[in-house]
Parts: sequence; C-alpha cells; structure tokens
Amino acid sequence: MAKILVFIDQYKGEAGMASWEALLAGKMLADKLGGGLSAVIVGSGVEALANTAFHYGAEEVFLADDVSLADYRAEAYALGLAKATEAADPEVVLFPTTTRGRELAAMLAIDTDSGVLVDATEMDVEDGAVVATRPIYAGKVIAKVKCEAKPQIITLRARAFGKPEADESLSGNITKLDGLMAEADIATKVLDTEMVEGGVSLTDANVIVSGGRGVSNNAGLEVPGDITDEKEIEIWKATQGFGLIQELADVLDAAVGASRAAVDANYISYAHQVGQTGKTVAPDLYIACGISGAIQHMAGMRSSKVLVAINKDGDAPVFKEARYGVVGDLFDVLPAITAEFKKQLGK
Amino acid sequence: MKIVVCVKQVPDSAAAIVVEDGKVNWGDAPIVINPWDEYAVEAALQLTEKYGGDVVALSMGGDKAKEALKHALAMGCSEAILINDPELAEMDASGAAKVLAAGIQKVGDVEMAIFGKQAIDNDTGVTPAMTARVLGWPMISLISAVENIADGSIKAKRFMEEGNQIFESKLPAVASIVKDYSDPRYPSFMGIRKASRAEIPNLTAGDLGISKPENKVKWFGVDNPPVRDITNEKIEGETPEEIAANLVSKIMEEKVL
Repeated sequence: MAKILVFIDQYKGEAGMASWEALLAGKMLADKLGGGLSAVIVGSGVEALANTAFHYGAEEVFLADDVSLADYRAEAYALGLAKATEAADPEVVLFPTTTRGRELAAMLAIDTDSGVLVDATEMDVEDGAVVATRPIYAGKVIAKVKCEAKPQIITLRARAFGKPEADESLSGNITKLDGLMAEADIATKVLDTEMVEGGVSLTDANVIVSGGRGVSNNAGLEVPGDITDEKEIEIWKATQGFGLIQELADVLDAAVGASRAAVDANYISYAHQVGQTGKTVAPDLYIACGISGAIQHMAGMRSSKVLVAINKDGDAPVFKEARYGVVGDLFDVLPAITAEFKKQLGK
Repeated sequence: MKIVVCVKQVPDSAAAIVVEDGKVNWGDAPIVINPWDEYAVEAALQLTEKYGGDVVALSMGGDKAKEALKHALAMGCSEAILINDPELAEMDASGAAKVLAAGIQKVGDVEMAIFGKQAIDNDTGVTPAMTARVLGWPMISLISAVENIADGSIKAKRFMEEGNQIFESKLPAVASIVKDYSDPRYPSFMGIRKASRAEIPNLTAGDLGISKPENKVKWFGVDNPPVRDITNEKIEGETPEEIAANLVSKIMEEKVL
C-alpha cells in the first residue's frame, strides 16, 4: 500500500527541482515508515513527466491528465489531487512549497478534514508520525509541529532536503485517474498568460547576488546630462548598480535579489525581494551588496551557507552575520570581483 | 457589491523576536495590521470605489485584534467585525478558515472575500485557500490587478511563478492580493477619528452558530533558531583587484560554487 504521496508541481509539462526534492524527502520518510513512494501529477499531456518521477524514486504515479487541466485552476487541480489521495490512501502527502503547492495543500487539508504543516525545513518520525520543523516569523523563530489527522499534509521548503539524483534505469506503474472536473463546471477561465523573462529562481538558486539601498550611493558616477530630476538620477544610479550585480550573477549562474529598501525605492521589481515580506531563500552563497542588514532582510536569508557582505559603511549590521566582509564601494569592488571570478572559474 | 476583507494583527516586521520561556516574545515592538493585509484592504476599497458597495473588515482574536480592524476602518472600510471568543482561541489554520468562513456567511450577500497573501507571524499562507474551500467558492490567489467586475464575474491578473495569468472567474470568490496591486493608502485624519470612535461588535461562536473546530496541527513548542556559528573575516587589499582576488580565493575554498 502506498504510504507517501508526493505532489509534482508541473507547469506546461515541466517540474522544478523542488518537486524532485520532495520525492527525495518522501523516500526518506517511506524508508522510515516502511511504506511505498507514490507521486501525483495533475495537468494536460503530462504522462512523460511520470517517467521523470520514476527516475527520482516514485514507484507509482497517479495521473490526472485532461485538457481541462492545461492551465492551472485551483479547483480543477484540487479535485485531481483529491482523487489521487483517495486512490493512494497515503499516510503522508508531501508538496514542494511553491505557490501552487501551498494552495493545493491547503485545499486538500479541507477536503480530507486534515491540517497542513507549511514550509517544513526538517522532518523526523516519532511513533509513526512526522514531526516537522518549520520556521515562523520569517525564520526568527522555529516551531515543531505535527499533523494529527490522516493524511498528514506537509509542504517542504526548497533546498532543505538534499539534492535528488535521477536514476534513468528506474520505472514504475501509472494509474490514470478519472472523474475529473468537466470544463463547464470550472468557475475560472484562463484568458491569457504573460510569461516572465527567464532568469534563475530565487528560491531554487545556489547563489544569490543581492542589492540594497546602497546601489544608488555613488557620488562619483557621471549622470547623463538629460537626467535632472533627483529621483530619476537616483533610479539611474541604482540601475547602474544593479547592472553590476547582474553581471556578477551571470558569471555565477546566480539569481538577483534585493532588500525591501531597494524595492520600495523602485530600484527593482518586487519579484526580487528577499526578507520577511519577500522571499525566504537558502542559497549556498549569498552576496549582499549595499545592504545594511535590517532584521526583516536578514530573516529571509539567514539559512544561506556563506554570506559575503560588501558595504561602504563598516558599521553596517550585515557585517556581524557575514562570513566575509568587504568595506568598500560596490561600484569599485563588484567589477573587480566579477573579473576575478571569470578568471578563476575559467569563464 | 459587498466585500469582506480579512485582517490580522501581528508584531511589526522590524521587531526583534526571540523565544523566552517557550513563548514568542517581541518585546515592546508595536502590534500592527499584517502588512500583506493592508494591500487587501486597499484592493477592497478601490474595488468598491469603482464598482460601488461596502467593505466589511473581519478579524478574529482577542481585544488586540481591534487595532488591525481600526487601521482598516481608518483606511476607509465602512464596518468592522471581530470574532472574539475565548472558546475559539489557539486555533490552527484550518480551524481559523472554518470560523472565518462562518463569519463571512454571517455578513451575508458577500461577493468577494479578500485576504492578504499571508500573515507574517505564522507564515502559513494557507488560510485564504482553506476558507475558499470551506465556502465552496473559487480561490483566485495572488491578484495583482483587476480589469473588470460585471455580471457576477471578475476579470483579473494573478501572479504565478512562471508569469501572470489573466483569467475570468465567477463570483462569489475568495481572493488574495499581492504587493503589485497598489500601495496601501495612509489613513486620513478623518478616518483615524472615525475609527477611534467606532464600536466594533464582538461575535462569539454562538453568534456564528458554530462550535470550536478541532485542531489538526499540534504544536510542540517554539525555539530560537540555532545560533549561526560565524567567524567574521574582513577582506582587505590595496586595490579593488587585490580585494577581489583575496575574496574570490576565499569563496572558492568554501566549495559552494
């Protein structure tokens, strides 16, 4: 009997690493609880993804595959997931903590009269049940929680459960689900989708280069004569600063982050914000440029393995948390660092 | 159109929060309306300003929750309701969703229930979708813009990790709002005065015709995060190039790339 069911969060037939990490975490639980590992995939034309799920350790895949599931609509996906849960009868259902994963976990909890443990960073098994560690207050506090109903529904933080590796020799059984929602019964119609430009996702990133208010703080920068408005000059300078950050990010295959101060000052879009009211990240390397280190920012990146801080102000709080600190002007130091990485990485 | 906006009170995001004697302590940091909920209130107000109707602010909790509601009133909500019942204390997200759903039904004739993206204290972000599920309404999450509302239907733009989805959905629905929607307004002087005088009715479980939902999530306690064991090292050099060479060599030794 299937004991652990993992939701694979796909979009247009592709799933991110966070889903495969959830399978890896599911395998760990299945070994401890002595059950099998199943996956559920909801979408349209997603059967090929089942093979990838097998390669990452699923023994069985429940497939809700229908044209009505081509676009994400919460209710239609939730029903596919509920059907899979009914068929698999799992002890535990795991999700990656993506926006869809979080939403569907919430809906499944109501559908199954259970609860959900959100954004777990660790899982232990005690008396046959999962005890999850989850950060609250953006990581300023950690809580230990348990779900006391069946199934135990848990969403997992990206990058917290190890690096999954695919084994292409693995295969498994596919169970197709029926009884899905008819198009006419779905209250939401998708009219259009605007895709955002690529770039590395902050939550999946191994390396993040972030900018703060200080990216506009360069008196020596020569501003083009046609820009005279004070705010426009500030934004122009910030754009130059984030340009340097982007160049370093490109060399390191890194994502670009930002502090709330930089986002509030309109230097960069909110999608880049790291911190308590932005994204919580856990890269191996976090390079903070011109970021003072406000509590709300530090809360969102304190799980980074190695923190490097570059700031003009040697007293900035960010240096207390940094493994390596450079007191200096990012406009001087960043280009040199980018050039040095290119040299040492042979790029 | 009647909109219910659900708000929560939380410690300010700048608070230095520590766990003392097994309890979360935020010192003398102010208790404020959850920052995400301000966007929800702003969206609700803009929608009723454009399409007509009233905004009812709804919260759950003890007397402290009144501060969040007063902020919502000061921003311009026409009414505030507090579900305040000791019997309903210490609930998990699914319990909160069941109680809020009952509150929304009690208000009656609601076309939209609007939430912030998540609360910055417990960080679960699951209450809006759970509430939608309890009500049996569509969940339209992470909305950044509303194009039109007409004939019981909403046309709007919502955020996904891969981009934006433009959709149409039947009302009533539960929506959550993201920061891109619009900056929340500051309460006006008149608004603050009105809010300070407002009598906020307390509803009990009995008023809602419910009993306390059973908690599904059990808390074993809270703790401070493990102290990060960091050795600070300043990287120095005569020139930017020298600093860069020293820094990059150190980073390469960390084997994180």
